[in-house]
Amino acid sequence: MNYTFQFGDVWAAWPDLLWGTWLTIQLSASAMVLGLLVAVLGALGKTMGPKPVRWAVDAYVEAIRNTPFLVQLFLIFFGLPAVGLRMDSNQAALLAMVVNVGAYGTEIVRAGIENIHRGQIEAGLALGLRPLQVFRYIILFPALKVVYPAMSSQFILLMLSSSVVSTISAQELTATANDLQSRTFRSFEIYIVITVIYLALSMAFSGAFAVIHRAVFAEPGQRR
Amino acid sequence: MIRHFGPNEVLFIVEAVRWTLLLSAIAFAGGGLGGLVVALARTAPPAALRGIAAGYIQVFQGTPLLMQLFLVFFGANLFAGSIDPLVAAAIALTMNAAAFLGEIWRGCIEAIPKGQWEAATALGMRYPARMIYIVLPQAARIAIAPTVGFLVLLLKSTSLASIIGFVEVTRAGQIINNATFRPFLVFCIVAAIYFVLCWPLSMLSRRLEVRFGTVSR
Repeated sequence: MNYTFQFGDVWAAWPDLLWGTWLTIQLSASAMVLGLLVAVLGALGKTMGPKPVRWAVDAYVEAIRNTPFLVQLFLIFFGLPAVGLRMDSNQAALLAMVVNVGAYGTEIVRAGIENIHRGQIEAGLALGLRPLQVFRYIILFPALKVVYPAMSSQFILLMLSSSVVSTISAQELTATANDLQSRTFRSFEIYIVITVIYLALSMAFSGAFAVIHRAVFAEPGQRR
Repeated sequence: MIRHFGPNEVLFIVEAVRWTLLLSAIAFAGGGLGGLVVALARTAPPAALRGIAAGYIQVFQGTPLLMQLFLVFFGANLFAGSIDPLVAAAIALTMNAAAFLGEIWRGCIEAIPKGQWEAATALGMRYPARMIYIVLPQAARIAIAPTVGFLVLLLKSTSLASIIGFVEVTRAGQIINNATFRPFLVFCIVAAIYFVLCWPLSMLSRRLEVRFGTVSR
């Protein structure tokens, strides 16, 4: 128990840490946007598609939700090149994150869509809205509003699990920490600092989600 | 010389399942015990206890499990000289599971209608009796489905122990892949093993949700 903490090497590397943080934000945000797209398409296929599409979506969701993210990442990064699909570690990391969050998101958005009352849709059609307008204003928008809290916590989990992509040496915060660790051997100090940064990031993301929620989903009367 | 991928290699991966299951069992037992403490503290009358529990949950749910693993692993190496990867993974996963189960069970405790508490108080029951005889038995009913759901998450999380060198299913797969260089086949097998372990639990959780999902009033 006579170890003295030395944070000097960690502070000296602050530009690297800042850059790593920015890369994690970028990677997570891209995966969130693309993942939401996959989730909406998946939920659409699951609720309104023909039978084969519904089966395919089911298989995708179950396969992803019942296997670890780390194994999905390995399968994409090490496995796909063996069958002819080559990509660098950053692309593999983004693809794995999108595929993963897309499956969880599909389930979440599906629940929101199934929550929409049939009468709402019929009323929309009766008012002369076109099917696409009905989908946009009566199905998708209210569904996303209902599932927004579940979706944001899923996105924060995604941001946290992005630290795992350092195992294929994709560039982000944990990979930055690993590099720093192998140069300075101050492993404990480095990972303490990195953990605090992740905690700050998850708080920042949840703050940002609250702001987005107010901007996008506020009722007309509540808008300030 | 690249090794041939045969039945022995498959067997090596499949045999590592026991380590995945052992780690899951330890973390679930420890996390269940810790989770009960966290959930009780989170719903306890003194504000200080509630604050501490909330802080604990925030820290463990707001940071990556991988970092928690690294801190236990590298921290123990500094202060205790060395640590077995299984022990490090078990400690980190237990603390993590305690936070998640604590938060899940807090919700179940708070879902019990206020009238139940008030009736118990009116009958002259003190806090321990109220909890043990009135609230927890009812909360346990609604906690079953989400707890089984969390078990799936925990089982998958044990794969991260491979990163600090614990040889469970994922690490066994990596070892075989390094020797045979058949990544697609190897990681498909690894994924299939997890699927076989997790899918029945997911189905069970969904069925239990239908059965126990609602609070009886």
